[in-house]
Amino acid sequence: MSIRRDPPGPADRDLARRTALAEAAGATLDFLDDPASYELQVTRFDHGSRVPGFREATDPTKDPAQVPDPAQVDVPADLRAEIEDYMSRYPDHKSAAIPALAAAQRLHGWCSPVAVEQVACVMRLTPGYLTAVATFYDMLETTPVGRKTVYVCTNISCSLRGADAVLARLREELGHDPDVNLRGFECLGACDIAPMASIDGVYVGPIDDEDIAVLAGQIREGADPLPAKQLVRRRVADSAANTDEVSRQSADAGTLDPVDLSGGQA
Amino acid sequence: MSTKLLFENIDEPGLHTLDVYRRRGGYAMAEQALAMARDSLVTALKDSGLRGRGGAGFPMGLKASFIPQGKMDKYLVCNADESEPGTFKDRELMQKNPHSLIEGMIIAAYAVGANKAFIFIRGEYVQQAEILEAAIAEAKQAGLLGPNVLGRGVDLDMWVHRGAGAYICGEETGLLDALEGRRGNPRLKPPFPANQGLYQGPTLINNVETLTAIPYILRIGAEAYAGLGVEKSSGTKLISVSGNVKRPGNYEIELGMTGRDIIYGLAGGIEDDREVLLWFPGGSSSPVLTKDDLDTVYAYDELAAAGTMLGSGAIIVVDDRHSVVDVAVKTASFYKHESCGKCTPCREGTSWTTKLLQRIQIGEATPMDLDVISSVCDQIMGNCLCVLGDAMAMPVASMVTKFRPQFEQHLERARSENEARLLAELQTTEPVLLGAGALASQH
Repeated sequence: MSIRRDPPGPADRDLARRTALAEAAGATLDFLDDPASYELQVTRFDHGSRVPGFREATDPTKDPAQVPDPAQVDVPADLRAEIEDYMSRYPDHKSAAIPALAAAQRLHGWCSPVAVEQVACVMRLTPGYLTAVATFYDMLETTPVGRKTVYVCTNISCSLRGADAVLARLREELGHDPDVNLRGFECLGACDIAPMASIDGVYVGPIDDEDIAVLAGQIREGADPLPAKQLVRRRVADSAANTDEVSRQSADAGTLDPVDLSGGQA
Repeated sequence: MSTKLLFENIDEPGLHTLDVYRRRGGYAMAEQALAMARDSLVTALKDSGLRGRGGAGFPMGLKASFIPQGKMDKYLVCNADESEPGTFKDRELMQKNPHSLIEGMIIAAYAVGANKAFIFIRGEYVQQAEILEAAIAEAKQAGLLGPNVLGRGVDLDMWVHRGAGAYICGEETGLLDALEGRRGNPRLKPPFPANQGLYQGPTLINNVETLTAIPYILRIGAEAYAGLGVEKSSGTKLISVSGNVKRPGNYEIELGMTGRDIIYGLAGGIEDDREVLLWFPGGSSSPVLTKDDLDTVYAYDELAAAGTMLGSGAIIVVDDRHSVVDVAVKTASFYKHESCGKCTPCREGTSWTTKLLQRIQIGEATPMDLDVISSVCDQIMGNCLCVLGDAMAMPVASMVTKFRPQFEQHLERARSENEARLLAELQTTEPVLLGAGALASQH
């Protein structure tokens, strides 16, 4: 597939500069050229990516993509069943767009053109409509990313407690791992455990200096991240909320005190 | 000690299961409510003085009374897209006591005659969404949801709808667009969602905490609830304290405490016993207060009189180790990132405010730029479909006004550092071009 390109602009020079810097720092970007490192092989554009660049000229003589023909698109049965389940929950089936795209992303790793086409085929919508939705939301990825999602909150409360340093340290550890999608994220709603991170939806914090290497290892191995610092195990900070009896029962059930992070009474 | 309602024994093991919740008297209020007339329920909600806990503080009973009567499709939507920086109270409620929210939603849906309910939860709350989904499945199994709720001939279908990461979906009309499967762009109001909301039907949208409070209001009685707290700010409120405090976390208080009681009492004071530089009383969207305002009474109207707002009840404390410039840049860049781009003043205004603040941060601005920021913020406020732009303009403008000397000091210091660095670079660099005169002088 060949498409016409615009002359290189500032963004291209910026990319070239950043690539050169990353290579000088010893980063290997070989995985970008190695199609075998991806589970799915998608036709590539001339510039090496699998998605058309937003600066790429489009073909004005071509009609926009229509709702895909079910006979032409192969949709995995599980994905189809899941999307149809979502569609059945709402009075208007279009409401299922976000959950359906999220389901396709779980299968494909990102909202690739193939994933969008499959969703469009089941939901009877145009790929353009779904791409518009996917580009709006932060958690729907429109470029290829790693399968393990690591969000580090860098908003006010977390950055007051050193979140930017946590993100920088995690970048050093995991930045070059093609399996990890490491991002600084807006407020994740866990300022009580700042600085914190969400590892595939599991909230952990507060992350100290010594936790970072451990956490990076657990992310690489796919292990349970920092079990002693998971948010779901913490009791409420309001010490007057629970009676002593309930606090004790809760501690016996394995929850943590919000102040000293131990299982016992504060 | 203030009364605990929503947080009472919230860490009881297994509270997220139906068995334990029932043992504590759960769903008794739903049964009682379904036997009442709809009007008297709405009246009870009005009498309780419960105000919306999501940020706007609109009286909940009044909102419910705006939903038209009649046999059209009506909807109840629970706003669980808790994205306001500093807010994390709904997360604690949904994770530990999901049935209380479901019970509140059954009662609210009955009161307005809705038979379809959605909980719009932010996509980041993966574990909380799973807990809620499990709780709803349990409730459906037990006949508390679905056709013929509790054998009373009322239908109620309830689903959890996961978002995918967008602050704007916490705005009620943006949330409705996201729930309808579109980009989460806010809509023009009026028509308000109470008349034309989800799928153009009358829709009641409330925050998690508001809906969770309903069974507790019925349990203790509307008058008793109205008697808690102070006048016009009745009941208990969950507040989320974060930032540089010793014990960050969620606390349930009766409104009417002072900021000092909360920050130095409940939250244990400032880390390393530093001083407060500034604090946000109601999430990052509220105009900031300084340490001189610590004795302000923490209630809706009192905070409004102090030029700020209670918002979602999220207190973020910044101590004096931090620079107000950095806090302003963080705040503005968050809103720049989250602006949906529909209205020009917000899209351009948040972007330019961020650029101007970054220039101040790196010392490439003049004090006049502070006036430009104030003027940009002025032009955003009140000129957009929703309040996201205002939510940036209010705190940033208040920081620039209240901390102007600090901004100017920072600016001067950063500029002189830049100059010194450039001068030093010039002096260490070898002359590149030697003019003819220089060559001539060597001979």
